[in-house]
Amino acid sequence: MADETRSTVSESSSSGDRPDRSERRPSSRPGGPGGGREGGGGAGRKYFRRKKVCKFCVEKIEAINYKDIRLLAQFVAESGRIVPRRLTGVCTPHQRRLSLAIKQARNIALLPFSGRAA
Amino acid sequence: MNRTYELMFIVRPDMAEEDQDKLISTLETAVASSSGQVKSVERMGKRRLAYAVRKFHDGIYILLTVEGGGGLIHELERRLRVTEPVIKFLTVRIDEEQKRLDKIKAIKDAKRKAAAPAPTAETAGEAPAATA
Repeated sequence: MADETRSTVSESSSSGDRPDRSERRPSSRPGGPGGGREGGGGAGRKYFRRKKVCKFCVEKIEAINYKDIRLLAQFVAESGRIVPRRLTGVCTPHQRRLSLAIKQARNIALLPFSGRAA
Repeated sequence: MNRTYELMFIVRPDMAEEDQDKLISTLETAVASSSGQVKSVERMGKRRLAYAVRKFHDGIYILLTVEGGGGLIHELERRLRVTEPVIKFLTVRIDEEQKRLDKIKAIKDAKRKAAAPAPTAETAGEAPAATA
């Protein structure tokens, strides 16, 4: 019924349309199904799970240096990848500076590009 | 012309202490000849590398903070590239970041002084005048 209103291009892939649309929507929904964190006992799963706060804003850490790898390692996964901010709760400007610092640290062999940090 | 840079480089772990000193003094003379200034030299010692660089798993880290123009860094990096014991280097420009941090600190201090009680009112009068 709803498919008829859609354009003729997507007629052939009507079944594949639904997952397509949800992917194109910006990921404003934190967590989501299968995100992994049961904050409020599963009560408000669709909306904000837990009001995760940005660690840098709370502790008023101004400068994120590539040299303090203990701080940076908290935001790096086991595989060496940078953890997305929807999992760590970091705010955007800090996430940008953090990822820049992590990349600088990787370049100078303080953090690995991939694999477990020795 | 007072750009501040932080130059961190890694030297192979089997390099002797005096060779390191020689290298650092060579770099310092290069800085001085291009009318720059060496702010500080910090040896961070031997560390384990996160990945193998030129088949080495450890390296001696040295951090050099210099002040000067852009051409200075070009010269320093050229020297480091040619020097055989140096296996990696990274230059970061820090004067813009420093400016931002100083601004935040100034705002914070001004706020703190303004929120302080009457006895320090004269310093509150001083602080905005100093930052103006």
